Amino acid sequence: MATGFLTDTTVCIGCKACEVACKQWNQLPADGYELTGDSYDNTKQLSGTTWRHVAFIENPKKRRLTGDVDLVALAEEVTEQLPGGAELDALGRWAFMSDVCKHCVEAPCQQACPTGAIIRNEFDNVYIQPDICNGCGYCVPACPYGVITQVPHDGRAFKCTLCYDRQRDGLEPACAKACPTNSIMFGEVEELEQIAEERVQDLHDKGYTQAYVWGTPEVGGTGGIKGNHSKFILMDEPEVYNLPRHPYLPQEKVKGGTIASMIAAGVLGAVVALAFRD
Amino acid sequence: MPGLGITYGRGGATSNLQDLQNSDCILIEGSNMAEAHPVGFRHPMIAKRKGAKLIHVDPRFTRTSALCDIYAPIRPGTDIAFLGGLINYVIQNERYFRDYVVHYTNAATLVSEDFGDAGADGLFSGWDEERHEYDPTSWRYEGSPIDYASVGGSQARLVGEGTGGHSDPNGEGERPTDPTLEHERCVFQVLKRHFAKYTPEMVEKVCGTPREAFLAVAKTICENSTPERTTALCYAVGWTQHSKGVQIIRTAAILQLLLGNIGRPGGGIMALRGHATIQGSTDIATLYNILPGYLPMPDVNMDNDTWKDYVEGQTAETGWWNNFPKYITSIFKAWYGEAFDPERGDEIFDHFPRLSGDHSYYPTIMAMKDGDVKGSFVFGQNFAVGGPHARLARDALRSLEWLVVLDAFEVEVATAWKMDGVKPEDCGTEVFFIPAALVAEKDGSFTQTQRMLQWHDKSVEPPGDAKSDAWFVFHLGRRLKALYESSEDPRDKLIQAMTWDYPTEGEDEEPDIESILKEVSGYTVADGEPVSGFAELKDDGSTACGGWIYSGVYANGINQARRRKPWTEQPNAANEWGWAWPADRRILYNRASADPEGKPWSERKKYVWWDEEEGKWVGHDVPDFNATKRPDYEPDPDAKGDAAIPGDGPFIVNGDGLGWLFAPIGLKDGPLPIHYEAVESPVPNLLYDEVQYTPTARLFDRPDNPYNEPMDPKYPYVVTTYRLTEHHTSGAMSRWIPWLSELQPELFCEISPQLAAEKGVENTDWVTISTSRGKVHCKALVSDRIPVYEFEGRKIHTIGLPYHWGPNGLVKGDVVNDLMPVALEANVAIHEAKAFTANLEAGRV
Repeated sequence: MATGFLTDTTVCIGCKACEVACKQWNQLPADGYELTGDSYDNTKQLSGTTWRHVAFIENPKKRRLTGDVDLVALAEEVTEQLPGGAELDALGRWAFMSDVCKHCVEAPCQQACPTGAIIRNEFDNVYIQPDICNGCGYCVPACPYGVITQVPHDGRAFKCTLCYDRQRDGLEPACAKACPTNSIMFGEVEELEQIAEERVQDLHDKGYTQAYVWGTPEVGGTGGIKGNHSKFILMDEPEVYNLPRHPYLPQEKVKGGTIASMIAAGVLGAVVALAFRD
Repeated sequence: MPGLGITYGRGGATSNLQDLQNSDCILIEGSNMAEAHPVGFRHPMIAKRKGAKLIHVDPRFTRTSALCDIYAPIRPGTDIAFLGGLINYVIQNERYFRDYVVHYTNAATLVSEDFGDAGADGLFSGWDEERHEYDPTSWRYEGSPIDYASVGGSQARLVGEGTGGHSDPNGEGERPTDPTLEHERCVFQVLKRHFAKYTPEMVEKVCGTPREAFLAVAKTICENSTPERTTALCYAVGWTQHSKGVQIIRTAAILQLLLGNIGRPGGGIMALRGHATIQGSTDIATLYNILPGYLPMPDVNMDNDTWKDYVEGQTAETGWWNNFPKYITSIFKAWYGEAFDPERGDEIFDHFPRLSGDHSYYPTIMAMKDGDVKGSFVFGQNFAVGGPHARLARDALRSLEWLVVLDAFEVEVATAWKMDGVKPEDCGTEVFFIPAALVAEKDGSFTQTQRMLQWHDKSVEPPGDAKSDAWFVFHLGRRLKALYESSEDPRDKLIQAMTWDYPTEGEDEEPDIESILKEVSGYTVADGEPVSGFAELKDDGSTACGGWIYSGVYANGINQARRRKPWTEQPNAANEWGWAWPADRRILYNRASADPEGKPWSERKKYVWWDEEEGKWVGHDVPDFNATKRPDYEPDPDAKGDAAIPGDGPFIVNGDGLGWLFAPIGLKDGPLPIHYEAVESPVPNLLYDEVQYTPTARLFDRPDNPYNEPMDPKYPYVVTTYRLTEHHTSGAMSRWIPWLSELQPELFCEISPQLAAEKGVENTDWVTISTSRGKVHCKALVSDRIPVYEFEGRKIHTIGLPYHWGPNGLVKGDVVNDLMPVALEANVAIHEAKAFTANLEAGRV
């Protein structure tokens, strides 16, 4: 049985209750008190001490990128703004998204971990064992989402545990428990997939044809890691939510790198051989 | 409170948050519900999923706007123009719910010939220029006048001097009506004429709302207000905190009557309260002018010399307030026990305090500063940051001889003696700071926004010396009683007679809070058995009850507020979760969910209906009506109390059983709402060009409280203040918590890119915002979520300012409320925080 999250960004109200509940349950410290000026986001990003992070995306419609994934007629949804800032369809003008570890099906962090600290636990969640982690930090650049960082005082890496301790006691993770609008749902991945499909269909029926589930290999470009156990319902291209279009495993780069190195070695060898011919 | 109280009879939300799930359309205005009531906002989100349309009308595009189907911008302080525009739209396009309006409102009642509507001067008939107040006599109905006591409780006081006392019920005979609504003096026609000039064009000019957006709002609410469908309204302090706040709510209340949305599932008006138990603190009164259950405090200026005069003066002939003697007698019995006998009421009543004037918050703060108030107890308040014109409040605190502050953190109200550059040795106030227990550390109840009491049990012991507020008050009371025990001075009789015998628990002798709930709920004096509800209360001294509206919360000796049966395990209105006043009715005026014959208006919206076989009202909730009164019941002309309410009169507290589109009595600022600009506004009043702001605004001519003149070029921008989800009001419970503080770490202002460009300000640059009261420094958050309003070719810029910060705590910022004037509303003395003028300069100057 695999458990995971489904985060429906279309009902997120940006209250940050998930951030606070996560920090309170997991006893994580505050990261400092700085006004970033980036909308209402002052905790900036996921890190070893921020395991849920609510992103505030102002004017996503203006930020829309032209990429190679054609999400259903996105451009048609852009409407002319009414004078004075009125919006006859306000959904999507200011988007909120509670970000979290994606609990990848093929987890790059786990593959990069040399000590075996990163495991898949009995809930099929990607879990860093804090007593095994030696703080090498290899998982940090391996993560395609920038989820993991090392904490300053001892260098160990931390991230969302999917509230392993709560799950073992039959409780849902703290963030899902605290979410007032059920934007964050917790459950078995298969069930969540079904809920997500129904939800997206419902949005399509209401005219929001751009809605889609992000995190299944078939849609949205997460095939390289065989999808995520943390899925999201998005209304826009992944980059708008600071998600990579094509997350990949580090060894994919290794293949290209190895070939490139071999070619380089060959060329260098030839050059050296030529240089010493006389 | 009187906005709803005068229109419907009771000053509370008419429905409940869960019921919003049944709405087909929800109009949120004067509220940033997703940010300020995030948990309650769950229910609109569920409604939206079921297909409801969500509308947000607000000066800023907020997290609420982001989740709504329609966002319409509105210039701060112009809500009456917007809502008046909706009323006009509904009437002109004949979209009102005619059967509902004819039978359940006073639309058909004729207004006397003496009434004169407001012209360009914005004044109704009866204005007394010298006394600067209205004589409401000319606002009366034709025929027999309304009994002033029937407007009930605290509202009775609002009638003002000179109109007090009883009207003569036998005076002028019948009250004529015209059910065709054609008579030129019937309330409906008066209303129609009054709002005729609130056209979409005028709304666009005054409110700055684009016509497309206004019409989209109007069409959407009309399409969703029919026998088959209902629209709910949600508001919060974005409507109350104006110099005409009560009339803004009145406008909304009139609109909901016309659309037939009151008393029906998915309809109603949700008054979203500003704190966890702000509803409870007015119910079991902390206000100076009411006793628990909205009973009026005796007043030296009224005919309240004897117990008999007081009781008779407040007893209405018809409607609910005919029961006043039962409620007041039961309170005195609860408080003074054996020492009080209603037959010899004056023995206690003679010593009972009387109001001698306006002792509301602001006049008291000013009296404090002027040295007329020597000492103060402050429980769970931080008005050194959260009160309007907070600098004046801090000066006032420094003028006290002694001050006791009970709080969990060292809030600014406890440290005024070292703020504002004052040398502590120059401040003579002796300050006692007492550590207080937080919610989880004590028993008690919250009465939240929908009149529902929910009990909370103590889960941990408070740390160190911290004790509950109740402990402090209880032991203070005990010591005072001991001090006066042997006094022979007659004036000490009251404190000697006071019952103060709550059982205690534990070493620290914490008073048993449930025993207080039991007293509030009421019991029979002879055997101490709890009463089942206010219907059992008597005026002969045989029952005691500390707050009649909560009567029944301890019925059968069970703490009903502790009930926690999930809604998934029970039908209908989930009556087994908590307990709602009155009598556990979850939707008020729910008789109106059925037609005059008692049948549901539609199958889809059935809620409470008449069952002919059983001979009573049945349905999904406790009927808010005499359960066995037939729908075709017609009262005798001389019937009294509830017997005078007809079988098709859902508004049972009002003396006539009707909802009041036109308020013939009860409000100090007129029977109908009028758009006035805020006291401080950068633009003139386009709708009534001879008057700028409401003539009844309470202004204070003091050198320490100057006002920015209307249209003063020195203060060209409009400030609107608000809260963020991440903090708690003045920050008293959030600025000390790292997890909350990091989310919003310092004061900022929100301005539009246009204003930023004009001033050469970039995102996160420092700016200075100033008024004639003071100035604050803060960083600018530049966003096009702040609309720029067009007014006759000018651009009107808005500055958004959250007010959570002060000099104490983990995260700090200047005190925004130092900017605000003390400009008060006439009926309830609320301040004007949501629209005042200021200047903005780049940098810290």
